[in-house]
Amino acid sequence: MSEIEENKPKPEPKPVEKKKPDPRKKLAKPDKMLILNSSPHLHTTKSVKSIMWSVVIALFPAMAMAIYYFGLPAVWMILTCVAAALGAEIIMNLMKGEKITIIDGSAIITGILLALTLPPSFRLTSAALGSIVAITLGKHIFGGLGYNIFNPALLGRAFLQASFPVAMTTWSNPITPKFENTDAISTATPLGSFKFEKIFTDYSDMLIGNIGGSLGETSAIAVLIGGIFLLILKNADWRIPVSILVTVTIFGSIFWMLNPAQYPDPLFHILSGGLLFGAFFMATDMVTSPITTKGAWIFGIGIGILVVIIRLFGGLPEGVMYSILLMNGATPLINRYTRPRIFGESKK
Amino acid sequence: MKFPTFKSGVHPRDNKHFTESLPIEILPEPKEVFIPLQQHIGAPCKPLVEVGEEVKKGQVVGSTDAFVSSPVHATINGKVKAIGRYPAPTGSKIQMIHIVAKDEEDEQDAVDKDIETDWTALSVEELKDRIKKAGIVGLGGAAFPTHVKLSPPEDKPIDTFILNGCECEPFLTADHRMMVENPDKILTGMAIIMKVLGVKEGYVGIESNKPDAVKKMSAAAKDYGFNIITVKTKYPQGAEKMLIKAVKNRKVPTGGLPMDVGAVVQNVGTAAAVANAVINEKPLTKRIVTVTGNGIKEPKNLLVTIGTKFSDVIEHCGGLVDETSQVFMGGPMMGIAQFDLAVPVIKATSGIVCTTDYKQVEPLACIGCGGCVQACPMFLMPTRLARLSYIRYWSEADQMGIMNCIECGSCAYVCPSNIPLVQWIRVGKQKVYEIQCELVA
Repeated sequence: MSEIEENKPKPEPKPVEKKKPDPRKKLAKPDKMLILNSSPHLHTTKSVKSIMWSVVIALFPAMAMAIYYFGLPAVWMILTCVAAALGAEIIMNLMKGEKITIIDGSAIITGILLALTLPPSFRLTSAALGSIVAITLGKHIFGGLGYNIFNPALLGRAFLQASFPVAMTTWSNPITPKFENTDAISTATPLGSFKFEKIFTDYSDMLIGNIGGSLGETSAIAVLIGGIFLLILKNADWRIPVSILVTVTIFGSIFWMLNPAQYPDPLFHILSGGLLFGAFFMATDMVTSPITTKGAWIFGIGIGILVVIIRLFGGLPEGVMYSILLMNGATPLINRYTRPRIFGESKK
Repeated sequence: MKFPTFKSGVHPRDNKHFTESLPIEILPEPKEVFIPLQQHIGAPCKPLVEVGEEVKKGQVVGSTDAFVSSPVHATINGKVKAIGRYPAPTGSKIQMIHIVAKDEEDEQDAVDKDIETDWTALSVEELKDRIKKAGIVGLGGAAFPTHVKLSPPEDKPIDTFILNGCECEPFLTADHRMMVENPDKILTGMAIIMKVLGVKEGYVGIESNKPDAVKKMSAAAKDYGFNIITVKTKYPQGAEKMLIKAVKNRKVPTGGLPMDVGAVVQNVGTAAAVANAVINEKPLTKRIVTVTGNGIKEPKNLLVTIGTKFSDVIEHCGGLVDETSQVFMGGPMMGIAQFDLAVPVIKATSGIVCTTDYKQVEPLACIGCGGCVQACPMFLMPTRLARLSYIRYWSEADQMGIMNCIECGSCAYVCPSNIPLVQWIRVGKQKVYEIQCELVA
């Protein structure tokens, strides 16, 4: 106690000596302004923007194949959806009184993703409506990017599926020689023709996309190229597509081995419908997938199981969309129960 | 080649090219020094000198009876001009002794170099006493008093000593240069520490980005029988728990210390200081500081007198370039940003990093990429912890293990949304700690 009192009087005048005589002068013209902040002072070059735009780039192969197979309508569909998504984003930003966030690229992704999951002959006005619903009800109503529970593009698609069930399941032919001589304007997707007529589609056609189906989902190769690009950049968690595809393969094979006439083989499962597209682009959406590694496995396995169940036993030929949306809803719960064991924490 | 390491972590650009090949230079003794009375974790020292008193280099000017503390010494010959509170590089004002050099040149500078004792003849208690008296603290940056670390309780048997030569912080090369230039001193210090601890197994962990240091240390270590382990270059490899995991594959239990798994870790600089203290009976009055970054004109590795003002050190290195936006004490990952360059170099100053790279960024909402979860070397969920801290859910944060955070900053480094994760976690840790103290009281 006494020492503190002894020392107190001494320090008081001294610090003044060290400072410049007139503090106001110092404020007016500092020798050198150094910026204070809390560590870490380094930051990676990765940003939300760079991640989002890499997804847009990853979607280019799928878009190119969509345009190759379905021609101009595909171009219009993509442009309409993107424009509607951007417009909705701007309006929502203005209504919420925040900065315009279209530069972050997430609205563009939603637009492209939605367009690529629609049938080629779908009405453009309806597509725009779906895009607007995706952005407003799918994203902004929850608070914007980062707060949404469900994948906005899939929510928009679910809305369209519920509103226009017939248009959403009418698939026009690709403009390729294979379909030149057919009289019918529309065809069935491989999943549909198997489910309702037990007709198999050629695997090579499914691989390159020479089949009926949604714009961006038909070509397995294009989707794979984009997806692997994302995985290499580590802008998508590899565990999610891997766990989905492995689960579908295993679960699908079990049924196939039980009754090959009744159930399709696992390769058919993987190449058909929107499974690859969903696994690489929809399920890996960072916002709506778990943040823990264990959670990512559970998430992917859950989607895989649901896809097979809906495809084989549900009323619809395709179940990727609902599987992902259901698991999106389960994501907060998965995050909660898959907390990693802390370094050095004892097993219990 | 695959090097041992720990799981997760990050890979910032190491930027060591500025100074890694520059030999250590000696900074001339400054005209004035500020000796903070607290340069370590633990109780602050009380001043033992009066204003106006003449002091000699190496004289104890501050000390205390507390066990977890470390004395401070005058680092130049001169006169005490003032004792008062001055800004310290740790961000606050702390009590310091201001010593001004006498005008005349001192003649007895050469005298103190002559002492050379045979340390093997000294008892463990004598060794520990010399280490304590020399005011040695962990020179890696945490500044924990070394003699405390070398006095583990009876019920914690120590079987492993690990010397930390990782220097995983970007930019810093002080330890690296010391390993290249003076491996014998470091290894002698290590041998002394191991005698104090009564440990037979000695390891030196060096990151794979310092092959020259590995070579020099390996050659020198043959005489001592120590194992030099090259560990993977990854941040934060130099954190105690991560290094023990890499070298011995042992996990320090949550809330525990390295001694709970029978290990003690010391920095290479500390080992060299121990050798100086024991053999030459020299107190800790100088340390190696890396002055580097794109904001300094001539980056250098310097042997700096403790108490020298940052501005004097920077001036010796040609000064700051005009665009310099930030100056840190320590590396960029855990270092402390400075606003006043009149602060003194303290025992924990491993580097002065000057950079022009500061960019103001707005944090965005978490997009749930999980990058921080995968980067966290303690396997926490930084985004969740930061959020809980932000909304003041202290008890939930505690349950989620917030107190296990080692504040390495890997989470904030990887966050694409620029969320100040580790910063919020620090706030939370402080609060949780306060609440725990209240509960105990």
